[in-house]
Amino acid sequence: MSTARRAEAVPVLPDRFTRWFASRGWSPRTHQLELLAHASAGRDALLIAPTGAGKTLAGFLPTLVELAEAPRGESAGIHTLYVSPLKALAVDIARNLERPVSEMGLDVRVEGRTGDTPASRRQRQKRQPPDILLTTPEQMALLIGDPGAGRLFETVKRVVVDELHALSPTKRGDQLALALARVRAMAPSLTTVGLSATVKTPDELRRWLVDPRRGQDLADLVEVHGGAAPDIAIHETDERLPWAGHSAAHAAPAVYEAIKRHRTTLVFCNTRAFAEIAFQELWRINEDNLPIALHHGSLDVNQRRKVEAAMGEGRLRAVVCTSTLDLGIDWGDVDLVVQMGSPKGSSRLLQRTGRANHRLDEPSKALLVPANRFEVIECEAAREAALAGEQDAEAAKPGSLDVLAQHVLGVACGAPFDEDALYGEVVSAAPYAELDRKTFAEVVRFVATGGYALRGYERFAKIRQTKDGLWRVSNPMIAQSWRLNVGTIVEATMLKVRFARSKGPVGRMAGGRVVGQVEEYFVETMTPGDTFMFGGEVLRYVALVENEVFVTRAASETPKVAVYAGGKMPLTTGIAARVREAIADPLRWSALPRQVREWLGFQQERSEIPRPDQLLVETFPRGGRHFLIAYPFEGRLAHQTLGMLLTRRLERARAQPLGFVATDYALAVWGLGDMGEMIADGRLSLDDLFDQDMLGDDLEAWMAESALMKRTFRNCAIIAGLIERRFPGKEKTSRQVTMSTDLVYDVLRRHEPDHLLLRAARADASRGLIDLERVAEFLARAKAHIVHRPLERISPLAVPILLDVGREQVYGEAQDALLREAAETLVEEAMGPIGQTPRTEAAPVPTPLLRTTDRRNLKPKSPLTRSLRSRPSPGGER
Amino acid sequence: MSLSALPAEDQIEPTLRVAGVALTVDVAGALYEPRSGALIVADLHLEKGSSFARRGQFLPPYDTATTLGRLARLVETYRPKAVIALGDSFHDGGGPSRLGEADRAALAALQRGRDWIWIAGNHDPEPPARCGGAALSEMTLGPLTLRHEPQAGARPGELAGHLHPVARLALRGRGVRRRCFATDGARIVLPAFGAYAGGLNVRDQAFGGLFAADAFMAWMLGETGVYAIPGFGLRPD
Repeated sequence: MSTARRAEAVPVLPDRFTRWFASRGWSPRTHQLELLAHASAGRDALLIAPTGAGKTLAGFLPTLVELAEAPRGESAGIHTLYVSPLKALAVDIARNLERPVSEMGLDVRVEGRTGDTPASRRQRQKRQPPDILLTTPEQMALLIGDPGAGRLFETVKRVVVDELHALSPTKRGDQLALALARVRAMAPSLTTVGLSATVKTPDELRRWLVDPRRGQDLADLVEVHGGAAPDIAIHETDERLPWAGHSAAHAAPAVYEAIKRHRTTLVFCNTRAFAEIAFQELWRINEDNLPIALHHGSLDVNQRRKVEAAMGEGRLRAVVCTSTLDLGIDWGDVDLVVQMGSPKGSSRLLQRTGRANHRLDEPSKALLVPANRFEVIECEAAREAALAGEQDAEAAKPGSLDVLAQHVLGVACGAPFDEDALYGEVVSAAPYAELDRKTFAEVVRFVATGGYALRGYERFAKIRQTKDGLWRVSNPMIAQSWRLNVGTIVEATMLKVRFARSKGPVGRMAGGRVVGQVEEYFVETMTPGDTFMFGGEVLRYVALVENEVFVTRAASETPKVAVYAGGKMPLTTGIAARVREAIADPLRWSALPRQVREWLGFQQERSEIPRPDQLLVETFPRGGRHFLIAYPFEGRLAHQTLGMLLTRRLERARAQPLGFVATDYALAVWGLGDMGEMIADGRLSLDDLFDQDMLGDDLEAWMAESALMKRTFRNCAIIAGLIERRFPGKEKTSRQVTMSTDLVYDVLRRHEPDHLLLRAARADASRGLIDLERVAEFLARAKAHIVHRPLERISPLAVPILLDVGREQVYGEAQDALLREAAETLVEEAMGPIGQTPRTEAAPVPTPLLRTTDRRNLKPKSPLTRSLRSRPSPGGER
Repeated sequence: MSLSALPAEDQIEPTLRVAGVALTVDVAGALYEPRSGALIVADLHLEKGSSFARRGQFLPPYDTATTLGRLARLVETYRPKAVIALGDSFHDGGGPSRLGEADRAALAALQRGRDWIWIAGNHDPEPPARCGGAALSEMTLGPLTLRHEPQAGARPGELAGHLHPVARLALRGRGVRRRCFATDGARIVLPAFGAYAGGLNVRDQAFGGLFAADAFMAWMLGETGVYAIPGFGLRPD
């Protein structure tokens, strides 16, 4: 069942451990003993095991055995650091460790240290460190920058990193890797233990855990292969399957029945909006008054903790949740996982399925509920992939430079550093192994003075090289402000949602209970009076008071603003490939429900079913516009990027594109030009349109201007310390930050396009937000495999995509077009005929009629007297 | 009254009137008064980058060059007889002394052959040293009064800065937030011209009481054009 790469003698477990296992009716698992053997031999080790394998105990066993065998007495310093991505996990582990420690009578002190730990206790922890400290990557970074770090860390023998698979591909992972390298320098005999769920490429995690300078290239691997195969069912319906939409709300009755048949069910939804919808639908039919709760990232923290506690006590029958419950505390009672909508990836499905059942030898049970016809195929593909144990590849990314900048300043805050020595330490961390010396020097210079070609900030330097060659912090204020800005998570600007207590003028409104938070952009699109669903109820937006959204309960059951999005994962490469294959092969359609089979059959008849290696492009007229639909099946993010680039090219080809929408499967572009005809008569070449060269200048030009780059830049600027998150004493509102970083971005891009921070932002954007790699792979694949089908009307396959128009955001960068439209419609509204608006007579339009101008047409000589100051009389001509 | 219906030759620069005086609105965020030949800008906030650098936030040191560059393009276009900066021309009192040599030369070149007036602002109450031009606390231009901070109850014809107006509107689920001129025909507040000058929404209470609500318009600055949006169409942040 498990494998060890090195056949070291398994040490005999000390008697009191054997007795303790026996007293609980357990016997030590093979992998627990193997991990103990590797760790006792002074090796770095990685344990890969599914949920329920006793991973955490395995991780701590070497430490507990060492502490039991060789008691260290009072204040011997930290022996083991445990780092988890979740605060809650650190707290939960402390509780779980209490039991073996007290039952075996071990003299071991275990303490947690997170952002919630009171300052007094944190101070005491520095003076009298516990034997085992449970903490988070952010706290590790903070401790690194403490002048007492050397003393605190010199005793550390082991670092246990939990949920390594979730941490390593992120900026928090970069931060932790750097902190670990620093701790290694202070604690010469330190070894690591990594705990991870099953991953596609364990070697990346094995490399992450070691310092190659210490003679181990990869951590020893102990792998527990999955127990029983999961039992994954796909919900089938005789009723009409939705053509589009992603909430799967139509299946609420079936989900409710499933909840009734099980002890405890986790209902996973892909976005917060869908979680809200599913929660409301379930309660609408909850005739038995089952305790069903809601859990997502926007709800108030206390609210979430309450749900978690109730879950821990087994008081709930179901929790409707989002990815907030992907990781975390194991709840033994969960015996069913429902996935509303497609899981979008095999790893996610396996991870979520694993949340049901915590015994290795029993199958975990999951029910997938496809939200629309495409998702039926997708769920089928995800099930196949999961049963085959296929994991989605998480592309290894080089360490982020903004995180490195934060780290370098942190190191200086802790103690003066030698640049060469620190470089050697940094490249010993896996994410930074490829970092060249020159770039590192740039990072140091950026930390010192901003790293600009135009010098001038030398006299304000944050760190300076002194005569002994060491870099030192210029003054204590810098360390103080660094501490306030530590961390790599830059939250989207969130506004608190609060009940308004009294009605009346906005200024005198008193605030009531906080319901949770919403992203600022969501509020931006609402008008007072709009209703939306939040926390399971329909709320009315009353006003924005300072930084809080005031709401009241709305009487209506149907909110006006349909969705509050928040987090959407694109279809993974693996599932996408399976979907392409499933669609291409009519022999396999028999496994699909009748409605889906018929739909694909119609597509075959009316248009075409593309082969897996083909790119199908359809063109057809509809509603006075011309549509071009391409079906790359590469996920939303890649399609959005493609859409931005294609519309630029279509514009140049004079196809007059007006907008596009991207889904996980396809993208639809519409415009005024007849693209079908243009392709037919050779004015437009599909090969040229989809040529790989679009990743050159077009991409550059688009990225430079895009709001997405500005947002990414803002995150990098904050992490790197260019912009402060907070000032001592006052919290800067992120709205102000947003404004100034956009301006800074514009100026920097013009004057120093190759600046470190712009490079960091570009790297982030191309990896995450625009999925550049997939776009590139797709373009290479599509080359010479494009099939064009000019159609008279919309094809069956295109129906779901066009139904998404209006639901999904429509893209286009032209803010001016929006401004023009607003100016026109609002002015028309303002000057509309009597009876439609009461303003017409009372309000003289003060300024000349709306005028727009184009800079290129600006001729100062032209007579200003022609400024068209007429105004239609009320009810007059339009 | 659709714009697209207008013939192309009507594409001339937009003009607005304040207390009866016609002012040309430039998309860069400046006003031009053709009769006197005065180009008016507000809140340049020169040397804001270096001001932040003193506190350890190393904003790119190119803001002054960027702002002066924009100003140079306007000067090129309008060839104004006078340039009037409505206060907060420097981000802080030490700004003039931190001005780099190249920027100082660029400023001098702009001033050559024309009047240059620094109106005092709250960030720069003292006349900027070694920066040329004349310094005034406020001034008049025909029926217009030019000052930094708009004054409640001022007589019609006030041109001011200080507030950094931006306007926001939401359309089709997208928000657009742009710098703007805020006016009701009696008074106008100019957008901040400086490269690093942020903005304050015209629906903020700081604008309260300055404008006749019914007549309020925000002239929003797009990339290529200026768009007059009636106040009722605007959103708070």
